[in-house]
Amino acid sequence: METENTDLIQGTLDLLLLKTLSLEPMHGFGIARRVEQVSRGVFKVNPGSLLTALTRLERAGWLDSEWRDTANSRRAKYYTLTRSGRRQLEAETADWARRAAAVARILKAEA
Amino acid sequence: MSLWRHAARGLRALLNRSAADRDIGDEVEHYFDEAAAALETTGLSPEEARRVARLELGTVAVVREQVRAYGWENVVETTAADVRHGLRQLLRRPAYSIVAVLTLGLGIGASATIFSVVNPILFEALPYPDADKLMMVWDVQDGRRSDVTFGTYREVMARSRTFRSMAVVRPFHATLTGVAEPERFDGQYVSADYFRVLGVAPALGRDFHAADDRPGAPFVALISDSVWRRRFGGDRSIVGRQVLLEDTPVTVIGVMPATFENVLSPSAEIWSALQYDATLPTNGREWGHHLHMIGRLREGAGEEQAKRELEGIARTPDTAFSRPSWAALRNGFITTRLQDDLARAVRPALLAILGAVALLLTIACVNVTNLVLARGVERRTELMVRAALGASRLRLMRQLITEAVLLAIMGGLAGIALASLAVDVVIAFSPPELPRIAAIRVDGWVLMFAVALVTMIGFAVGIVPALYGSRADLRIEGRSTTDSRGREVGRRTLVVVQVAFALVLLAGAGLLLRSLQHLLAMPPGFEPRNVLTLQVQTAGRRFRDPNAAHQFFTAVLEAVRHVPGVSIAGATSQLPLTGDVDVWGVVFESSPPAADNDNREASRYAVAPGYFEAMGIPLRRGRLLNAQDDGSAPHVALISESVAKRRLPGVDAIGQRLRIGASPGWFTVVGIVGDVRQASLAIDPTDAVYVTNEQWTQFSDRARWLVVRGQSDPGVLMPAIRRAIESVDKGQPILRVATMDERVNASAAARRFALVLFQAFGVVALALASIGTYSLLSGSVTRRLREIAVRAVLGADRRSLLELVLREGMSLTVVGTLLGLGLAMLASRFLETMLFGVSRLDAVTYISVVALLALTSAIACWMPAWRASRLDPNAVLRAE
Repeated sequence: METENTDLIQGTLDLLLLKTLSLEPMHGFGIARRVEQVSRGVFKVNPGSLLTALTRLERAGWLDSEWRDTANSRRAKYYTLTRSGRRQLEAETADWARRAAAVARILKAEA
Repeated sequence: MSLWRHAARGLRALLNRSAADRDIGDEVEHYFDEAAAALETTGLSPEEARRVARLELGTVAVVREQVRAYGWENVVETTAADVRHGLRQLLRRPAYSIVAVLTLGLGIGASATIFSVVNPILFEALPYPDADKLMMVWDVQDGRRSDVTFGTYREVMARSRTFRSMAVVRPFHATLTGVAEPERFDGQYVSADYFRVLGVAPALGRDFHAADDRPGAPFVALISDSVWRRRFGGDRSIVGRQVLLEDTPVTVIGVMPATFENVLSPSAEIWSALQYDATLPTNGREWGHHLHMIGRLREGAGEEQAKRELEGIARTPDTAFSRPSWAALRNGFITTRLQDDLARAVRPALLAILGAVALLLTIACVNVTNLVLARGVERRTELMVRAALGASRLRLMRQLITEAVLLAIMGGLAGIALASLAVDVVIAFSPPELPRIAAIRVDGWVLMFAVALVTMIGFAVGIVPALYGSRADLRIEGRSTTDSRGREVGRRTLVVVQVAFALVLLAGAGLLLRSLQHLLAMPPGFEPRNVLTLQVQTAGRRFRDPNAAHQFFTAVLEAVRHVPGVSIAGATSQLPLTGDVDVWGVVFESSPPAADNDNREASRYAVAPGYFEAMGIPLRRGRLLNAQDDGSAPHVALISESVAKRRLPGVDAIGQRLRIGASPGWFTVVGIVGDVRQASLAIDPTDAVYVTNEQWTQFSDRARWLVVRGQSDPGVLMPAIRRAIESVDKGQPILRVATMDERVNASAAARRFALVLFQAFGVVALALASIGTYSLLSGSVTRRLREIAVRAVLGADRRSLLELVLREGMSLTVVGTLLGLGLAMLASRFLETMLFGVSRLDAVTYISVVALLALTSAIACWMPAWRASRLDPNAVLRAE
């Protein structure tokens, strides 16, 4: 549980998950690996938080899920972004950009 | 939409937990598989890959639990699990559970019962629209509230601006005649606006109009729903029909609703218009103090405003309104909210009883808390195992509080069952002063009250054990850890509180008991033993002739005197301790009142010879009244000692002449008799004046009391007396039969009511406190078995072991007693108005109560101490 390097800001996890799933349907570990790779190891998501977050987003109606059989006769749960999830992603992206810009301005002013 | 999905998914998970669990399990497993597979690609062996994955991600089980904990359904689930587990725990120890539930049930039941009595009287609004706007207005005579006169009512109604409407009422009794079974009703004469003041309209027919209320108007009446159904079969055509009341035709104009509660006179079933003369003749009933006045405040006007305005009216006479000297309003008015006015007589008693039941409930809760704490000691292992398995402190507290709430809920159910039985018992021995008896029941308010209690108790009883219990920790294992010592201090404190509160209740009961003894020891002024009293009402037109009434009563007395077992019989217009009030202004010829505001009122008794002998009222000077004092003889009167002393100081009262009310002639005083307590044993004797029925010519008393002194217990004489009365005339109702002893006892009813409840609560509290002390000590002895055994082996004799335990127990009792004494002395303030002839700091009471408590505690301590002194040290130490 190596969250010490970077705690995800509250609410950011949702944005990362939605963004990751906007590319293609994925299962839980796939999402975690993608987030870690793309962020170049800055964000490591622990499975408990990740799967809980996925359940929450699914209940919010932003994700759909389906079970697929895997090669070694196990089941894997794949998540897909829904239409309202896509809208949510757009809204959250815009929101994030606004905040990030604001923080950047403040930091610049400080310097 | 999202909320709906949350609900649906949660519900699905809840209904099919195993499927939901399998899904979560599969997903987590898959996650770990993938993670391991990813690691294998970096060159690790499959086993190593799995190991590294576990190191990085944690165990499958923990992750699964984490994911599983998401969602509202889990709150439901864990609560359900807590409840199931709690129930299993309670079932595992049935004795413990039953004692706890019964103790709480007793506390909650007693509280709910008292609440159901107190609520409609003190708290709930009266059953009228805007009941807060209803005010009672009283005249003030002799420092006490007194009924108003019709003249005063007319003046106030004309001058007041704060009242929207006002009405006056007075009680009457009438017999429905001209039917197969004559029935006597209680009724009220009301001014036309009475029901509009209350805000209640007839369910059938019409209300009174102003025209009905004029002298000489045709007689009309409203009847209650119950009379309508009972006597007239609920026939709607009753409206407009004539019925005979005392042989007088009266037109029924309406029926009141079934829900109508007439708080001013709950027994009244028929209402008729007052029909007083608006020209206010000064020698008429219009200026008699015998009307209750009620008013409804205008929108926006308050109690204080009304009081100020009425004071102003009383202080500034207006020439447009005449005021005779006895209704001059020199002492102003007493103005109170109707609800406060109704509750006035019982309020102190009810509040004291409410306080007492709160103490009892606290003791019950404290007792159960102690039980739960003791149980917590036994359950330490279980709690520690759960803590070790990862249950958080909050989770354990939740479990323990859930169990306490379960106990409280079961206690609450037992309590409600108890209350619904107890309410009837309480009503059965409630004092006559208690208003709104019909509204006393276990209703929605009481249930809400019980639910609130259960919730509070659940947390109160649960929180202390939960705080101790949830500290369970594998690291603190051992016999005398700081944890258990803290718990011990907690338990001792709780026992001290129990003892203290029990003492407060017992002291209250003691003070009330002593008051009652003092009260019943008050000389009533007559000899109540072996005296039977009953009222005979003459019904019918023929008794409008005063001579007919006299002849009837003379014949009845004669017949009763011949009943075997009867020594003396007499009759009177009013009888002491019946609650009846018949007070008249008495003026002496020789000493006109020095100041107009001198109290010159006296109770009037129109008696038949034999009354004094039958009642045992002693003659002090002169002679009694006899059969020769009839209508044709010179008018004579007897006065009470207090009248002679107060009104005729330094004068020989015999031979003085007096006038009663507007009597046409003078009465000559021929004798002085002893003072009699007319209103109540607790109230000093009132001035009294006695004349014979024949010489009382202002009107004829239609209802008279027969006073029969028997040779022994007079109760058995009643059937023979009834036959004797019916032999004269079968149609005359016989009412209010009771021995004088019963009336004396009834006079103390309000105090006895409080006393009985205090005694009951006190006894229960004492028992609970003793059980608390006992169980604490037994627990302590059990825990200290080894120490005691070692002491015994080292040579401590039985006596010193006994002392060891007794000292522990009695020290708690001493602390509790001292604390309780302080509290009791403070709390006795609230009893002060109910005490009689005893100080609220009465030493005898407190000493007896402390002795009682000490004795009970000693017994409670003795049993564990005895066990400690008897134990076999070798057996104990071998067991170690």
